Amino acid sequence: MRVFVPISVGGWVRLFSRWDVLAVLLVLGLLVFLGEASRHLFEPLAELQKQPPSLDPRHLPEYAARTTLRMLIAMLLSLLFTFTYATLAAKSKRAERLLVPLLDILQSVPILGFISITVVFFMALAPGRVLGAEFAAIFAIFTSQAWNMAFSFYQSLRTVPTELAEASSTFRLNPWMRFWRLDVPFAMPQLIWNMMMSMSGSWFFVVASEAISVGNTTVTLPGVGSYIALAIERRDLAAVWWAIGTMLVVILIYDQLLFRPLVAWADRFRFEQEAGALPPRSWMFDVLRRSRLVDRATAPFATLWRRSLQTHWFDRAAAKPDRAPRRRWVALAWTSLVVLAASAALALLVRFALAGITLSDLGLALLLGLYTLTRVVVLIALASVIWVPIGVWIGTRPRAARIFQPVAQFLAAFPANLLFPLVVSAIVVLHANPNIWLSPLMVLGTQWYILFNVIAGAAAIPAEMRAVAANLRVGGWLWWRRIALPAVFPYYVTGAITASGGSWNASIVAEVASWGDQHLEAAGLGAYIANETALGNFQHIVLGIAVMSFYVVIVNRTFWRPLYFYAERKFRLG
Amino acid sequence: MADALLEIHDCCQSFPRADGGEHLVLDHIDFQLAQGEIVGLLGRTGSGKSTLLRLIAGLARPTAGTITYLGHPIDEPPPGVSMVFQSFALFPWLTVLENVQLGLEALGLPEVEIRRRALAAIDLIGLDGYESAFPRELSGGMRQRVGFARALVVHPNILLMDEPFSALDVLTAETLRTDFLDLWGEGKLPIKGVILVTHNIEEAVLMCDRILLFSTNPARIIDDIKVDLRQPRNRLDPQFRDLVEKIYVAMTARKPAPLQVGATATINTVLPRVSANLLSGLLETVAGQPYNGKADLPVLGDELHMEVDDLFPVAESLQLLHLAEIEGGDIKLTDAGKQFAEAGMDDRKKLFQRQLLAYVPLAAHLRRVLQERANHVAPKSRFLDELEDHMTTEDAEHTLRAVTAWGRFAELYAYDDDSQTFSLENPT
Repeated sequence: MRVFVPISVGGWVRLFSRWDVLAVLLVLGLLVFLGEASRHLFEPLAELQKQPPSLDPRHLPEYAARTTLRMLIAMLLSLLFTFTYATLAAKSKRAERLLVPLLDILQSVPILGFISITVVFFMALAPGRVLGAEFAAIFAIFTSQAWNMAFSFYQSLRTVPTELAEASSTFRLNPWMRFWRLDVPFAMPQLIWNMMMSMSGSWFFVVASEAISVGNTTVTLPGVGSYIALAIERRDLAAVWWAIGTMLVVILIYDQLLFRPLVAWADRFRFEQEAGALPPRSWMFDVLRRSRLVDRATAPFATLWRRSLQTHWFDRAAAKPDRAPRRRWVALAWTSLVVLAASAALALLVRFALAGITLSDLGLALLLGLYTLTRVVVLIALASVIWVPIGVWIGTRPRAARIFQPVAQFLAAFPANLLFPLVVSAIVVLHANPNIWLSPLMVLGTQWYILFNVIAGAAAIPAEMRAVAANLRVGGWLWWRRIALPAVFPYYVTGAITASGGSWNASIVAEVASWGDQHLEAAGLGAYIANETALGNFQHIVLGIAVMSFYVVIVNRTFWRPLYFYAERKFRLG
Repeated sequence: MADALLEIHDCCQSFPRADGGEHLVLDHIDFQLAQGEIVGLLGRTGSGKSTLLRLIAGLARPTAGTITYLGHPIDEPPPGVSMVFQSFALFPWLTVLENVQLGLEALGLPEVEIRRRALAAIDLIGLDGYESAFPRELSGGMRQRVGFARALVVHPNILLMDEPFSALDVLTAETLRTDFLDLWGEGKLPIKGVILVTHNIEEAVLMCDRILLFSTNPARIIDDIKVDLRQPRNRLDPQFRDLVEKIYVAMTARKPAPLQVGATATINTVLPRVSANLLSGLLETVAGQPYNGKADLPVLGDELHMEVDDLFPVAESLQLLHLAEIEGGDIKLTDAGKQFAEAGMDDRKKLFQRQLLAYVPLAAHLRRVLQERANHVAPKSRFLDELEDHMTTEDAEHTLRAVTAWGRFAELYAYDDDSQTFSLENPT
């Protein structure tokens, strides 16, 4: 008797593996999420007023979805910016001379300061519609993400390995093909890492930018940020806890479904094999990779992509060496253009400054800046003293490192401003001095950068070095002084630079805090900017931002950068 | 007589120097590549042969002179010229097949044709089965095969090879060489001419029909040697060995004046960076059995597994310090050299100090300056600036580092890298 296996059953098994099912669920869920969230974008503003914000926790998932959508849109814009700005700076010597310092300054401007100035502009772009407010919020988030991505891409473009560049030239790849086949893949690992860091950092600004109030213009976009703002107004601690919980879940989802898969995917672009580095794993990435449905669905896109790389529009634009006289003329034109733009800016500034900013205003801003500077210095020092030893302890134990480093990254991503109401309510109840006790808020979210960088540094100490220490019985303070601290120093500096920059940003929302109708304030530049924003005094807002940028740039140039170079030169291993 | 594939006429290349002058890298190069030829460019590292190759590949333009390919001057990478690189230059994010297809995609051929040609090239070069592997999964030899496949699949007329086997171990390099020569001999390669850049004399004699010898600094063609031996060539063949010896002699004999026998270095001689360990080691080897103070350079290089690039700097340093003499392809120890080989560590240092002060003016100058100064301290930049007036920045850095290392061994002066200063106290 012949055994007959029904073809349908066998075929069914072959068509769908469990990976396919998972992948379908995930992708469908993503599509629904995107569809629902974007449906609201084009509603008129009046609609928004009709649905008063509510503290009902049942609305939180929807609010969280909209918050996330804003961030993703901002990320796409940041990518677009990165690919154009950084490429221009890397390929053109003339553009580079202007664009790179410009980027440096932009990085130092406090992001929340940007919001104050731009929200009115964007509201005017789409009057009466929610879209204007959304633009303003998305732009704010964009400014928190784009700069370091652009820097990283620029650096990668400048350090493309010579031989690969030569191979591209000898095989006559046109500039378009070369960009997508060589430049972008080479830059991918660093770019993705920076993207993920940017997104983690911008949760803070998403939350802060959803309840914007500049003078008479008030916008509260539905989202977690405005939920918290309302909770603060109504002194609803339970609502605050709900929001924190929701955010934890959201960040967990984003970490597992976006962060880790992207980092795992970027591993294929790694140019050098680091000794002993394990490739990053992500279950979501494995799901997508092993699912044949996903493979088949994306196949036409892959072919389309490959074919698009073969366009020959750019063939005739092969780089020809300039003739010397022509080069001089173009350089002259460029320089005069820049000088013209700069003098126009100067004229604008002078007129603006003369119209209402007195010397005493400037003096006040500088003094307040000094207070905030003191706070940042003290807090970073405190955070270092606490977290560096702990970070080294964790980093030198591989099992602990595997658990705690992702945790520290997670904590760095979590928007600390959601925790502020808890601290503020405690200060109000305990009648504590805001000048001292509001300060730790500034470093609450940024101290984790120090921790996870130091963990990475400690984990990178070569095993041989530790073996030598054990063999020669080097222990106690000597071990710290001669081995551990020098080895993690470059990593520490990287983390501290980020933490310091983040703290300046945080000061705008940390030095002024309210709980219900109780208004707390610590004397400092952040409070100055926040207060002037609420009053709508544009000149003072700009003054405050300018002074804060000035401080950040000065501190960067005179302290952090030389320290970083010193650390690189003296303590780099190998 | 078929037209020459490539003609280089009176070609010069120079780079701007830090002090505004020009640093001449290639000096009046003249040569032609005919069809069916493998031409070798042989010289030490830094002799400009890689620069010349890049000029031929269209990656740079010559400061003077003309390079024509099939009658047309080269001003951008010409179609029909492909290159194989020393460190393979594979794209890590593309599979073997995708890497090989890259050149064809740039040509804009239809997909079916691209795939067919790529698979054919992979088959020819012996990579069948590795199509979906990534470069990180492959050994060095396999990676270079991918490099060859990629270069050959576009059917170039001229194949340029920039030290293609020097990053591989001896066995793999030998396999690749013989495979390449087999394919070339059987006419299975679509190419018409090959230019091979190498610093390995035996490799050049093994593979090339003509060898052009380059001098260093600036690079000139000092000899054009025809290799008439029939393929497959045997390294042990007496004619082969004669040719190798002849090339060694040519390369050691025609040196720029300062390093000839009996000549001394000036303050502005570029010094090679050779550690005291290497100098001691070579002296001991030549002093011992079976050489007893005099050795034939090719034989010595063979025994020590040192190629021209490794052996010559050491030998020249010894000549500079008057511890040995190089004459007609042989190295002969002087009396001082023999003394050094037999002495203990302390005596060696004293002897070395004497030779250094006597024959390397830069070291004497350094010490004098330090002695004249009140606190016996001088910054590195002071000496670097002095040297940069007469040589490129890179050469100045290397020379200063070389003289620092020798000075430290001789205990003539000390150097602190953190503060970048020289001093007479050690440690400060």
